[in-house]
Amino acid sequence: MAELTEELSHVKSEEPDVPKPDVKVHPKPATAAPPGTPTVIVDDLHIIYRVYGATSDAEKGNAANALMRLIRRQGRPQMREVHAIKGVSFVAHHGDAIGVIGRNGSGKSTLLRAIAGLLPPHQGAVYTDGQPSLLGVNAALMRELTGDRNIVLGCYAMGMKPNEVKEKYDEIVDFSGIGEFVQFPMSTYSSGMGARLRFAIASAKAHDVLLIDEALATGDRDFKRKSQERIKLMRKQAGTVFLVAHNLDVIEETCNRVIWLHKGKIKMDGDPETVLAAYNRA
Amino acid sequence: MSQPESALADAQAGGRKNGAPPKGKEPLAKLAERHGLRRAIARPSLPAYMRQLWDRRHFVLTYASSKNVSKYSGSMLGQLWQVLTPMLNAAIYFLMFGVILGARDDIENYTAFLITGIFIFTYTQRSVSGGAKSISGNLSLIRALHFPRAALPLAYTIQEFQQLAISMGVLIAVVLVTGEPVTWLWLLIPVALFLQTLFNIGAGLVLARIGATARDMNQLLPFIMRTWLYTSGVFFVIAPKIEQAGLPAFVADILYANPAAAYIEFMRDILISGHTPRPWIWMACVFWAVFALIVGFWYFWRAEERYGRG
Repeated sequence: MAELTEELSHVKSEEPDVPKPDVKVHPKPATAAPPGTPTVIVDDLHIIYRVYGATSDAEKGNAANALMRLIRRQGRPQMREVHAIKGVSFVAHHGDAIGVIGRNGSGKSTLLRAIAGLLPPHQGAVYTDGQPSLLGVNAALMRELTGDRNIVLGCYAMGMKPNEVKEKYDEIVDFSGIGEFVQFPMSTYSSGMGARLRFAIASAKAHDVLLIDEALATGDRDFKRKSQERIKLMRKQAGTVFLVAHNLDVIEETCNRVIWLHKGKIKMDGDPETVLAAYNRA
Repeated sequence: MSQPESALADAQAGGRKNGAPPKGKEPLAKLAERHGLRRAIARPSLPAYMRQLWDRRHFVLTYASSKNVSKYSGSMLGQLWQVLTPMLNAAIYFLMFGVILGARDDIENYTAFLITGIFIFTYTQRSVSGGAKSISGNLSLIRALHFPRAALPLAYTIQEFQQLAISMGVLIAVVLVTGEPVTWLWLLIPVALFLQTLFNIGAGLVLARIGATARDMNQLLPFIMRTWLYTSGVFFVIAPKIEQAGLPAFVADILYANPAAAYIEFMRDILISGHTPRPWIWMACVFWAVFALIVGFWYFWRAEERYGRG
């Protein structure tokens, strides 16, 4: 708890409510940017990604229909394009902890992936200082393999060196608290154990710009507390943090700025109190 | 505060910090440039890309061997299948082509001839088809973590190489049992495999990029592979068959020059004393290795920043 209050005061001190002498041109000084150099600039970003195997309401996915489609239109109807982000612009600064909120499918995760440089922009650009990383290694792990092998694989996937992996190995096993199950295939784990191991691996590395997608802190209550502390620690080490969550308490508690995404556009961008209040009313 | 002002305000705030007078709204691209921010998804230069790939060598190796382990982890015999699979394949082909279709009558040491052909061809075939699905089948990984994407097709080739290393043990045992002598030429075995591996990596990279966007490739590939199998002289000697068919001799030369046939012939030349390939076959092997590797890396790297889109 001491950590938390310390952190909140730290965040507070960076909030620009304090009138600054050089605020002249700014039309709305109350919510000016916090001090610090920009670390992430998103400039009129559009993301379109492709989905395969989608069908419209009129047709079902059988071979006869596929043939008819080819005969009639010669199109590629199996592929649909999803315009997930439609012209988003903002600047994030060093020391910012930015919460991203919005309904399901509003483009939160897509925005994070674009900032991490994992999804190519269709239009516009993302500029970053250093390499932003998404917290999470799930995609690299293999369920049939033992926890032990997955720890090594996950660490390498995040770009660690062999000596770092050796160094972190015990810490990861310890933190996950899975004990002797580390020698068992991950497919035999309970969902809680799997989540704990995945979180332990993902959080073993420090990052410049950290992107955290929601629902990381899962598992029993004890582990939830442990993982939330770990996230706080990582946030302190990182220069800039983006946090996607449905749990608004977490956002209010940890962020000094909130971006509200709605259908791929920014609906609101400002201090947590204002945005969260508006979001709750909507 | 709504969105357009916010972005603008931030830009201006950033602008003030460095003392530059804000002139209306500064383009965000300019702001980024002034603070030395780089595009999140810029493609590195080819040498830098190769360096990044080298830095990720541990990931590539671990990923490849993990895939091999997980492949058989569900079965009782486990890793034993890595030896059993090639042996069973060889036995079936021997029964079909050697005994029933009678190809062994015309060819000296048909057992060694056939098994060499199958194992060498399988290595290339599996690397290439693995490469074709390495990007499209791992989209979630590509959308979650940062690494040079060439690591994936590369890992698939290395996975197949690990498999081949075991197959080669089986092959050498078969060759010795069928009475072939151990000669100095055997020292060339690693060279032949090395050249083939370079070709497989290159071809895998090319197919990876094609497979990333052309989804129908995975459906089409088995047919292409089967055609390749039958034109590479795995079950028969190419030259006499072409003669029998009444085709001019240069057709045989063309078939021999195809990479799969070239690597098969090269390996047969090394292992089977009674086998005489075209004298220029090693040149084809070197050419395909260098050509495929250079073209493969260049072609794959050109689309590096687009693989996440699907």
